[in-house]
Amino acid sequence: MNLYAPILVLGGIALAFGVVSLVMGALTGPKRYNRAKLEAYECGIEPTPQPIGGGRFPVKYYLTAMLFIVFDIEIVFLYPWAVYFDSLGMFGLVEMAMFVAAVFVAYAYLWRRGGLEWD
Amino acid sequence: MTDSGMQLAAVGFGTDVWWLILLKAVLIFAFCVVMTLFAIWWERKVVAWMQMRIGPKYTGPQGLLQSLADGVKLALKEDITVKGADKAVYIIAPIVAMVPAFMAFAVIPFGPEVSIFGHRTHLQLTDLPVAVLYILAVASVGIYGIVLAGWSSGSTYPLLGGLRSSAQMISYEIAMGLSFAAVFLYSGSMSTSEIVAAQQDTWYAVLLPVSFIIYVVAMIGETNRAPFDLPEAEGELVGGFHTEYSSLKFALFFLAEYVNMVVVSSLATTLFLGGYLAPWPITAVWEGANSGWWPFLWYFLKVQAFIFVFIWLRGTLPRFRYDQFMKIGWKVLIPLSLVWLMLVATVRALKNEGYEQSRIVLWVAGGVVALLLLSILWDAVTPNRDEEADAKAAGPEPFDPMAGGFPVPPMPGQQLPPVPRRNVRKPEPVGAPAAAELPADRTEGEA
Repeated sequence: MNLYAPILVLGGIALAFGVVSLVMGALTGPKRYNRAKLEAYECGIEPTPQPIGGGRFPVKYYLTAMLFIVFDIEIVFLYPWAVYFDSLGMFGLVEMAMFVAAVFVAYAYLWRRGGLEWD
Repeated sequence: MTDSGMQLAAVGFGTDVWWLILLKAVLIFAFCVVMTLFAIWWERKVVAWMQMRIGPKYTGPQGLLQSLADGVKLALKEDITVKGADKAVYIIAPIVAMVPAFMAFAVIPFGPEVSIFGHRTHLQLTDLPVAVLYILAVASVGIYGIVLAGWSSGSTYPLLGGLRSSAQMISYEIAMGLSFAAVFLYSGSMSTSEIVAAQQDTWYAVLLPVSFIIYVVAMIGETNRAPFDLPEAEGELVGGFHTEYSSLKFALFFLAEYVNMVVVSSLATTLFLGGYLAPWPITAVWEGANSGWWPFLWYFLKVQAFIFVFIWLRGTLPRFRYDQFMKIGWKVLIPLSLVWLMLVATVRALKNEGYEQSRIVLWVAGGVVALLLLSILWDAVTPNRDEEADAKAAGPEPFDPMAGGFPVPPMPGQQLPPVPRRNVRKPEPVGAPAAAELPADRTEGEA
């Protein structure tokens, strides 16, 4: 059997459990709808009008996501390097030190420009 | 299966018969659900004891069936879909949050090889050459569930809660991933069973204490638990991303959160605390502690210890503010783990090259001292850019008691502006131009 097949089996069981509970939740619960119940909750006041699927949100979240991608790629480089570290020897250490230093310069620039501030 | 996969993964995986795989998958699923039910009860009990209360008591012995009763109650609640919701995404989101949490368990080692119905098999569903990377990948899919739940509710609070949650998780995933790299450096493998086997002599929590601490902080941020439970900060965001969810959809989010707690605890156990291996005083006394089914007990106890830490933190620490939280993640944990990783790599490389221990210590300590000196020098040379001090030096802002349209008294430290009075006219010298005297006189009076 393949190494990856058991993962799908476990995922399948979890998925079946999720679908069954959603269907069950729809069947077993009472259904006494009224208009106020279907409004979005906002502490009892009239809900803020929203375009379908949510409104605007601060652009800072985009910045965080972009930074995440930058650093995640760094981690992706680090993992195979770490696994084969012993066979790479001194050469591997120096190469990775240069790469990390390059990313660190970008990080310092980002910090200095206030990209990491969250007010 | 590829050749390299065979070479890297521990021997004996991928050879189970189909019914054994199914049995193990069902058992792991049951384990997660039971752990969730138990953890909820345990959390309520421990927090209650910490607050001098008794906690759940009437449902079953010592209230043990409380979480099961809560689950049944949730199933009997009305299933509401909000008017403004994006229906399809709204329904799928709880499943997207829950399934990856369970799937991460596929590569967690519960024990060594045992025999089930005459078949030799590992107490682990499967193992991959990239098992830890797989867990990180699957955990990231779980974030989608939370973001989509917040986005599809069509409501303000869930949207903000979902965004906060995703920003929080991706911020702490970097520190988490960097702390893993040091472990791979030592184990030479990303397969979970091999990492456990490599800790036969010393646990990585002892060898790499900084990585361990960074991981523990990051795992609490990853699971949205107190003191980092900002996505669910009820004082600010009501319930966060699951505000608009009710009935079993809400229960699925709850399940996902607790299964995630068990996943990160298991990962901490596997990578840093020797997984299913017995702790050292036991191995010294008892030879057979690491054979048969006993290792499952050690694994279970270690995971329980982590879950207790989760509850303990919730019982004792107040919640962070969001900017403080992001500051810790981006400005402390990331540089710290990067520097630590390079330090570990340098020491290991020097050791591999065959340098003496004392010389390595000397060189590394010298490097650290040089860096510290440089940073002190940097601080001394650059002008002080402390904004608070600047503000203080500039003096308090002029206080306008009538700014709000009605007079208010000054706060401590504020000065009332001088009351405008009519200038007392000095006796003018005869013959001097009156027009030139008057403005100068007035400014003097006002200052």
